[in-house]
Amino acid sequence: MLEINGLGKTYGSGDKATPAIGNVSFRIEAGEFACVVGPSGCGKTTLLKCIAGLLAPSRGEVLLRGRPVTEPPEAMALVFQEYGRSLMPWSTVRNNVLLPLRHKDLSRSERAALVDEAVAAVDLTPFLDHYPWQLSGGMQQRVAIARALAYQPALLLMDEPFASVDAQVRGDLEDLVLRVHAQFGITTLFVTHDIDESVYLADRVIVLAHAPTEAKEIVSVGLPRPRDQIATKALPEFAELRSHVHRLIRHERQEETEPAPTHA
Amino acid sequence: MTSGARRALLIGLEVAVPLALLAGWQLWTAHAHSPKFPRLSTILVDFRKEWLFAEFGTHVVPSLERIALGFTIGTVLGVLIGVPVGLSPLLRRLALPHIEYWRAMPPPALLPISVILLRSIGNLQKVSFIAFFCMFPVLLNTIDAVRSLDPTLVDTARSYRIPRAQRIRRIVLPAALPQMVAGMRNSLALAVIMMVLSEYFAATNGIGYVLLNSKNTFQLGPMWAAIVLIGLLGYLLNALFLLVERRVLAWHRGWRAAVPQ
Repeated sequence: MLEINGLGKTYGSGDKATPAIGNVSFRIEAGEFACVVGPSGCGKTTLLKCIAGLLAPSRGEVLLRGRPVTEPPEAMALVFQEYGRSLMPWSTVRNNVLLPLRHKDLSRSERAALVDEAVAAVDLTPFLDHYPWQLSGGMQQRVAIARALAYQPALLLMDEPFASVDAQVRGDLEDLVLRVHAQFGITTLFVTHDIDESVYLADRVIVLAHAPTEAKEIVSVGLPRPRDQIATKALPEFAELRSHVHRLIRHERQEETEPAPTHA
Repeated sequence: MTSGARRALLIGLEVAVPLALLAGWQLWTAHAHSPKFPRLSTILVDFRKEWLFAEFGTHVVPSLERIALGFTIGTVLGVLIGVPVGLSPLLRRLALPHIEYWRAMPPPALLPISVILLRSIGNLQKVSFIAFFCMFPVLLNTIDAVRSLDPTLVDTARSYRIPRAQRIRRIVLPAALPQMVAGMRNSLALAVIMMVLSEYFAATNGIGYVLLNSKNTFQLGPMWAAIVLIGLLGYLLNALFLLVERRVLAWHRGWRAAVPQ
């Protein structure tokens, strides 16, 4: 479905060259829910923008269904962390969700049906004619998710979508994303810095290493579905996986902050 | 004090202060006996004689027509030029020096040449003159608003492959609208100024023409009456504009109140 081969990105050139991603390779199968987790500043957003075709990589390639991504592909939707800025404050929920459907080859009633279905999937039907700024942060992010669903993508990319909502709402939104994933079967790549979140959501967790960024390990998560905030997180396997990912990232951080001793 | 009482007091002051100033003017002019400063009562009589509504059709209507046309054409030009220039760094580089040059030009400097270039002393010249100077506030605000469009919104539009025309109509224009409207409000004030100015020179009708002509023939009552009319006109046009703005930008007020900027 999605294949990333030797992807690298360096900003600037010459003396000012700043490497953001070293060499990242992984692949995601159709229908899979994959999380990319890594310490902050490790180039997660840059990686996602390269995958989304919003940013040209310096090295390597991204293949979606075998075809190289050079611009945002038709079969892809992206949900940003900053819901408040990716929604249009001058449009109602309905028109925000409708935005990416207007240029699709659909009849008026097909568009309306897609909007209704997507908004119902995120439980916002009573708020169709509200403006985004009349809703809470969590609800606004659900509007952004509904917009992505209505677009009917084969691949859904999410860039730390719940990083700026509080913990309670965050749990609800995680469950909503899992429910929607089961309902629509969209291949999902979810970027986060939260280890618990990545293990809770994913079939596989791609752990990024810092500078130069590469996929350090890909952890398979065999936790049963449907998952539950309390029951799943109480499983010993959950604790093991979470500790494992934690160690990978902490180890990473120590390597970074404590340079190898130079004296004998 | 309750908010209702406070509001009533503020509205009362808004009415009472101008009335007191007018009463002061009347008292002072009644004693000063200066031909330069006719009594308020004289001015008001002249005002009624001239503008309500004997000369309304011959002088006020042409002036209003010039304001309306000049303001509309200037605004449309400002948006039409501002959007592409705001979107393209190359166009900005090319256009901004010219825009900065012409907007710094004092309007009276271009008044004589406008008559020669346009070979007109009628509406063609007057409306063009008003439109030219009304264009700049809208143009500069549009360029700035379009250029500073939120990058997340731009990425959203790109990732959903929104075609250019839709992107401009559904995202760029609405996002830039609040700032465009702020520019339009400045333009409207400019339109009144440019209307008066354009009617000082090579004109046969209009409020500005009456004002200057009254002064030249030492009819100071009618001259003051024209000044009062121009002031009222500017005030009313601005009030009307604010009324429209409140309706058109209702989302913007709600959004600003809800989201800390």
